[in-house]
Amino acid sequence: MVRTGGGLLVSLAVIVGGILLASLRVNLYFYFAGYVVLQYVVVATAWNILGGYAGYVNFGTSAFFALGAYTAIFLIEAFRAPLPVLILAGGLVSGLLGLGIGYLTLRLKGVFFSIATLALSVVLQTLIMNWDYVGGAKGVTVIRPGSPLFGNWVRLLFTVMVGLAVAAVTVAWIIERSWVGRGLRALRDSEEAAECMGVPTLRLKLFATTISGFLLGVAGAPFPYYVTYVEPSSAFNLDYAVNALAMPMIGGTTTWIGPVIGAVLLGTAQQVATVTISSELNLLIVGVVLVAFVVLAPEGIVGLVRRPRGR
Amino acid sequence: MASRIVVHNVDAGYGAVRVLHRLSIEVREGETVALLGTNGNGKSTLIKCIMGIVRPEAGEVLLESDGARIDLTKRSTEEIVGLGIAMVPEGRRLFPKLTVEENLLLGAYRPGARGDITRNLAFCFEAFPVLRARRTQLAGSMSGGEQQMLAVARALMSSPRVLLVDEPSVGLAPILVSRVIAKIKELKDRHHLTVLMAEQNFNQATKIADRAYIIVHGKIEFEGQSMQELRGNELVKKYYMGL
Repeated sequence: MVRTGGGLLVSLAVIVGGILLASLRVNLYFYFAGYVVLQYVVVATAWNILGGYAGYVNFGTSAFFALGAYTAIFLIEAFRAPLPVLILAGGLVSGLLGLGIGYLTLRLKGVFFSIATLALSVVLQTLIMNWDYVGGAKGVTVIRPGSPLFGNWVRLLFTVMVGLAVAAVTVAWIIERSWVGRGLRALRDSEEAAECMGVPTLRLKLFATTISGFLLGVAGAPFPYYVTYVEPSSAFNLDYAVNALAMPMIGGTTTWIGPVIGAVLLGTAQQVATVTISSELNLLIVGVVLVAFVVLAPEGIVGLVRRPRGR
Repeated sequence: MASRIVVHNVDAGYGAVRVLHRLSIEVREGETVALLGTNGNGKSTLIKCIMGIVRPEAGEVLLESDGARIDLTKRSTEEIVGLGIAMVPEGRRLFPKLTVEENLLLGAYRPGARGDITRNLAFCFEAFPVLRARRTQLAGSMSGGEQQMLAVARALMSSPRVLLVDEPSVGLAPILVSRVIAKIKELKDRHHLTVLMAEQNFNQATKIADRAYIIVHGKIEFEGQSMQELRGNELVKKYYMGL
């Protein structure tokens, strides 16, 4: 209970810190860049619940992210829905997609599951490109409503993303410590053994795909207000799929802190590189770092820190 | 609390391959029954049928408990574990990258067993002191004998009444086989378990079994009501004693 209370305090402190940061009058670009890093904390944490805890590698992260973004666009176009509704709806629709994908790919294991999720991204992108109501292939311009909190949309979105990141990490933290987390670890290690022990593998898998999809949708929902112009190739960008996988692997996939470390390090490095070198260099950085970690530290930074103590 | 398992005229297999042909066996309360047969005759398939991992194409698998007849072919593995049947799978099927303790806790996954975790864990550590010493070690890093002990202990974590043991001797040195078999007997007596044990090793299995079935090509070829009867049987001489 002490640890739970401690975790709650840390979460609150992070949110309050975020609000204080947002009220500082520093250059707006820092909030702009900070938003992206925090968004990747949510994306990496969400990916890790399925890919890290349960061992099902999802290459279709962009599909879930973009579905959250396009759900928001639809609700803005149709009802001018407020931001909290967009986030909740984006999460629900992507969570539903996660549940559906879970059902459809039940028999697929290992690399075959990954291929199916990659295909999902392509199919969904094609559908969106042909749906004119949300902009189709030419994209859509989103107009931000006037006078937001903190006096500025970038500051507001930054604060919202702080809250979402804390929420996502808390969900991962709770799962990790519960019987669900234990069951997912069993699934990752040996699905066959888990079945022999009466671990409900099917339900656990569906739970993981749904929660993971929900959080990815949540991360994507504020995206239209952040960029104000959304087209399929930016919402379905391969960057999301690659980063979602690389960040937890660099940080460490077995605990909640791994994706956070990976997202902060890699996300920040990418933002710095975008400003100082070029935006095209981002994926190269990810690729090089990922290869280095897979070869030298397959258990990520968390594994590197733990190893000397554990043995 | 009398409970017995009845397998009646079961056909089962994998896709187009039929492994079991109208097979019937019965395991009564408190018995240790050995299922003897060489590789590929259907021992594991039969155990998987009882656990709901392989679905029979025809026939019945029943758990008769306190006058109630429960059709196991319609239950999920999770529910079957919940009914008090646990399995020690062939080749142990541990979680190699999880610790010994996590392996044990996963044996108690069903909600009904979670309340007894402290007691069951204490019992497992008492019965297998080596597991206590290695509780934070990864299961895959232990020796074969220790892993087999862990597989048995993990099954006991679900507080079972019926224990299905699939080939406990596989991959173990003869001295370890004796130890594992003796341990199963000890646990059976202390917990009043009903045990069905599939085994190729005739001499080891008959040390602790009350009765035995010999399974050949998915059919029961002989049913021995006692070990003397079994040792005198022509089939046993042919398959196990090279006579």
